[in-house]
Amino acid sequence: MRFLFALILSAGSAYATAAQVLSVTEVAPGIYTHRGVHELPDTKNHGAIANIGFIVGEHCVAVIDTGGNPQQGESLKLAIKHATSKPVCYVINTHVHPDHIYGNKAFKEAGVKFVGHEKLARAMATRGAYYIDKAADQLDVKLTADDIIPPDIAVKDHLDIDLGGRTLKLTAHSAAHTDNDLTVYDEQTDTLWISDLLFIEHLPVIDGSLKGWLAELEILESHPYKTVIPGHGPIVKDWPKSMQPEKDYLEMLLTEIRAMIKQGKYLEEAVETVGYSAKGQWQLFDQFHRKNVTTAFAELEWEN
Amino acid sequence: MKKQKTRSWLLALLLMPALALAEGDETEWTSKIKNQYFAGKSIEESNDIIEIEAPYRAEDPALVPIKIVSKIPQTKDSYIKKVLVLVDKNPFPYVGEFEFAPESGKADLAMRVRVNTYSNISAIAEMNDGKLVMTKKFVKASGGCSAPIGADLDAAMQRLGKMKFRLDEGVKIGEPNLAQLLISHPNITGMQMDQVTRFVKKSHFVKEVRVSFNDKPILTAKTDIAISADPNFRFYFVPDKAGVLKAEVSDTSCESPTSRDACTAGNSYSETYTLNP
Repeated sequence: MRFLFALILSAGSAYATAAQVLSVTEVAPGIYTHRGVHELPDTKNHGAIANIGFIVGEHCVAVIDTGGNPQQGESLKLAIKHATSKPVCYVINTHVHPDHIYGNKAFKEAGVKFVGHEKLARAMATRGAYYIDKAADQLDVKLTADDIIPPDIAVKDHLDIDLGGRTLKLTAHSAAHTDNDLTVYDEQTDTLWISDLLFIEHLPVIDGSLKGWLAELEILESHPYKTVIPGHGPIVKDWPKSMQPEKDYLEMLLTEIRAMIKQGKYLEEAVETVGYSAKGQWQLFDQFHRKNVTTAFAELEWEN
Repeated sequence: MKKQKTRSWLLALLLMPALALAEGDETEWTSKIKNQYFAGKSIEESNDIIEIEAPYRAEDPALVPIKIVSKIPQTKDSYIKKVLVLVDKNPFPYVGEFEFAPESGKADLAMRVRVNTYSNISAIAEMNDGKLVMTKKFVKASGGCSAPIGADLDAAMQRLGKMKFRLDEGVKIGEPNLAQLLISHPNITGMQMDQVTRFVKKSHFVKEVRVSFNDKPILTAKTDIAISADPNFRFYFVPDKAGVLKAEVSDTSCESPTSRDACTAGNSYSETYTLNP
């Protein structure tokens, strides 16, 4: 009896580092998401902070973003196995950021096509070495070049992919959150997987174009989607209302920074003064706001 | 009480070596840089001629605003002739060498730089009589040189070479006037290169900036990859009458990010601004 107990214990510890089944919720028929946490990527969460998930068709499954480390990718793979017996046929990366692509390798096998924005491969190539280097220090995650998997299918403008009885409409956007944002629309449930074009609660992070992002939101807000899945924050059932705080924040940056540039003020001053009225409304404001002002200022000083 | 004292003393002792290492690490300077740029020369350390303003912790390591503030006026008899700026621990420490003239009025200079790791930024001023004076500032930043190229690379490439002057504080004859020169250039370090796909082939950066007023030089800069994308300089000049402020900029492309042995000359760009006070 004691022997058996010891055996179970040792088996337990041996598997302690293996992937656990990722918790997912079916937010619309056949659409499963895992809710991320509003934290900076660090050595405790190992970069697993974003909303990720999958969509199940009659023939196969499309994974949408694979997670913040290879193990989260494995956990997501287990969650898919629990939810359906259908195989994965597509892995869609919504953009280049580490919390969305570091689980890619778990899905690399024959029959699986990786899909991304036409500029995703370039972004992965120019950032890859830097990302791999940083992952060890900042996330305590060991990555190699094999973990950064560029798309097999590059989306320019639009692409429909068929999961069997379910068509996903992919849209490649102009520079907004990054210069390689891709959204996924499921016609069947009127769901838009908008990913990091929408941040809720977590301060939006600009790594593409402030003006471009506002332009994309203006297009997207005219459609009354039933469900919208953001990259960070809760599932949205009242689009476009839930998007308003993000839009307000980005518009405020645009207005205030433009005014400062017009007055001949400098980046150094803008970083100290612009946008602090929004501080109470967002999580991770202190971590990302000054960087946002910097990125936006550098963009706006080249207007006209 | 006594016990507490001992403990805080112990704590200070424990922290000290770490602080000393972070803030006062002169290894690069004493072992390499000093000999590379100033072999056999004596340099005074002081903040009386120039001082550096920089954020202690940088928001964006690829875009760290720094400012050289001069403590003496530029006169015909005594002026700061050159300032060499280095980020000691960058893979290629040289940021730029900036030549001023008496007509600069003030040898102040603001710019944006890339900082790759916790490092001293050093600025060495050379006076017109040859005297060398150095000042330093410690900055916490990491990854500035290998950091991803600007958020929207295509937009940056499209406006490459575009320039603007801004004189936001107005123009006054016979006094130092502040001018800002904005240069649109991705200033690619070459350290973002991917070996397999070679999406970004090599470093491509602004190597020379010449600013003159009525053909008299005000600021001549030899710059390198540690200057941030879209180089941005603020400096002074003293106009003696109406005239034309002119910037001439040229870029280059080098095979290796950290060697200047194999480089190809690039393009030249120019911009003028007519001063009509």
